[in-house]
Amino acid sequence: MGPTAGERLRELWQYRELLYFMVWRDIKVRYKQTLLGVAWALIQPVFTTVVFFLFFGKMAKMPSDGIPYPVFSYLGLAAWTYFAGAVSYASNSMVANARLLTKVYFPRILIPAAGVLSTLPDFAISSLLGLVVLKIYGIPIGWGFLLWPVLALPLVLLALGASLFLATLNVRFRDVKYAIPFLIQLWLFLTPIIYPTSIVPERFRHLTFINPLTGLINAFRAVVLPDIAVAWPALLTGLALTLLLLIGGVTMFHRFERSFADII
Amino acid sequence: MESIRVENLGKRYRLGQLQQGDTMLREALVNLARRPLGRRGPEPETIWALRAIDFTVDEGEVVGIIGRNGAGKSTLLKVLSRITHPTEGTMKVRGRLASLLEVGTGFHEELTGRENIYLNGSIMGMKRREIDRKIDQIVAFAGVETFIDTPIKRYSSGMRLRLGFAVAAHLDPDVLLVDEVLAVGDAEFQKKCLRTMGELRSGGRTVLFVSHNMAAVENLCPRVIWIDEGRVVRDGPAAEVIREYMATFATSRRGGADLDAVESRTGTGEGRLTGVEFLDAEGLPSNYQRSGDPLTVRVHFRVKEELRDLHVGLEIHNELGVLLSANNTWMTGPDLPRVPPGEHRLDCAIDTLHLMPGRYLLSLWLRSPGGRNYDTLEHCVVLDVETADVYGSGRGIDPRYGLIFLPARWSRADGDGDGDTGSEAGSGDRT
Repeated sequence: MGPTAGERLRELWQYRELLYFMVWRDIKVRYKQTLLGVAWALIQPVFTTVVFFLFFGKMAKMPSDGIPYPVFSYLGLAAWTYFAGAVSYASNSMVANARLLTKVYFPRILIPAAGVLSTLPDFAISSLLGLVVLKIYGIPIGWGFLLWPVLALPLVLLALGASLFLATLNVRFRDVKYAIPFLIQLWLFLTPIIYPTSIVPERFRHLTFINPLTGLINAFRAVVLPDIAVAWPALLTGLALTLLLLIGGVTMFHRFERSFADII
Repeated sequence: MESIRVENLGKRYRLGQLQQGDTMLREALVNLARRPLGRRGPEPETIWALRAIDFTVDEGEVVGIIGRNGAGKSTLLKVLSRITHPTEGTMKVRGRLASLLEVGTGFHEELTGRENIYLNGSIMGMKRREIDRKIDQIVAFAGVETFIDTPIKRYSSGMRLRLGFAVAAHLDPDVLLVDEVLAVGDAEFQKKCLRTMGELRSGGRTVLFVSHNMAAVENLCPRVIWIDEGRVVRDGPAAEVIREYMATFATSRRGGADLDAVESRTGTGEGRLTGVEFLDAEGLPSNYQRSGDPLTVRVHFRVKEELRDLHVGLEIHNELGVLLSANNTWMTGPDLPRVPPGEHRLDCAIDTLHLMPGRYLLSLWLRSPGGRNYDTLEHCVVLDVETADVYGSGRGIDPRYGLIFLPARWSRADGDGDGDTGSEAGSGDRT
């Protein structure tokens, strides 16, 4: 019989400063270590957009719901790059902090939580570049952009939920770390980033809702593009599934939490 | 008031659990496919690292925890500090707990000294405002003022240690668990640690202190708990428990010991200590040592493959584990540039045994010049020293007069004496 949810929340509140310092450490170290620093946050989505534009937009003539293809793919990629980076970083965070886990007590969940939070500044930077991309293509920038931070919340929670599953498996099984990049790549192709949901045949389209990112990524586009409406069924399904995944992830993490220090 | 209460505490590990991380998900899935009905293979072998541990510690008590390597001391601290979960039993700790299982937990190479103080402090349970308030003291305590804004990757290991300990010394917990922190660092650092620990004691804090340094334990802890094979063997006044504990190392007969079969040893095994003999002045086996006598310690060892530049060392500890004297071939010669495979013997001749009567424990080691440990046996042989009339005065000496005796001689300095009050002492050839 472990602690109750209430006790856990109270404990997390007591340790809020440690979460802050862990996020602070991750951010600080990341920007100190990379030569390009902030620029790195931009290079990834920009270059991927260029590649996607050339191969999918130009050569494969991928439709993009009447939006210039670079705008379409960049808006999706900004959020996706954050998500993929956060999940791969946080999934390995427990193993990376093994020494800490065996030397001092604190709620273990702080480590993956710090992992998904510390990658947020990159997302903020690439989001701001999104404004530039819109400007270049002459798309009017409306207030809808202010909804991005709101949409970022479920995105962070989704990344946390997925990371908790993967981080737990990663502690227990040595080969999981090789599976994670593959899993993330697969997830990219299952998410409407390269292609719009509209190319999926009508009768299968609801199947794409199973991926919580479908509704979220579409919403990230919809709030800044004037001609696109938010697809509510997809978004709401996505939010519900995000919540489920998070609860499942937290439950699994807590179940195995006790043995982490023994087997890591 | 009770500060720590432990009841029937047990911690079981699966054998090989430490390598569990090597388990592959692939294998787990294959096994699941083979036994879909949830039937598992044979139950894995388990080992109790701790079993049936019961004790309470009152507020302000300082308790030493001793025992051999692998006895369960560290596991106990890990369970108490909630790093690992007990398999059975309960424990309660009242108040704010800080566990110091290493110095500088969570230090990051790329961060500056100041940044690491904040990081380490918050990991150890300090609040941010508290660190703000104490940071100047911490920096001064560590003595790293000039480098405080330099990344610690440029720090020497000593500076890093001092910084980590400075944070720990300012934690201000109600209960402090310390594990062998004092085993690292130079003598200066160890002294500082001991002093700080002493201050903690006077500050009314509850402290559990795991250490192999029996002198430090006896010095700091009025009460000692001795753990062996996961169980409490003795719990009582420090001097008593330590003496009993040290006596268990005394498994050998007098006059020397066969060391080949001794299991509690460390090292790579490229060289192996196989025996030790005590010889008298004539080179004959001696099973009776007296204060002031000459003593030759003959060390037997075996070498598998040729060793270059071997160093052999000998340490003499008293019953409480205090190192009284150590010497080795690096200090004294001879150089052993090439030691061919086979059995070897080496004599360490001590002209005069300046030891008080009592029981002593010898440690022996074989090492490379780089400090590579081929074989080390701690406290492996007992050396009993009987009293003797070392000053030729007809009066013996005894441990009341200290740890060792000096070849001293008193004489009148006012010039009217005939010198017969003094006598040569400790010359060693009075037989």
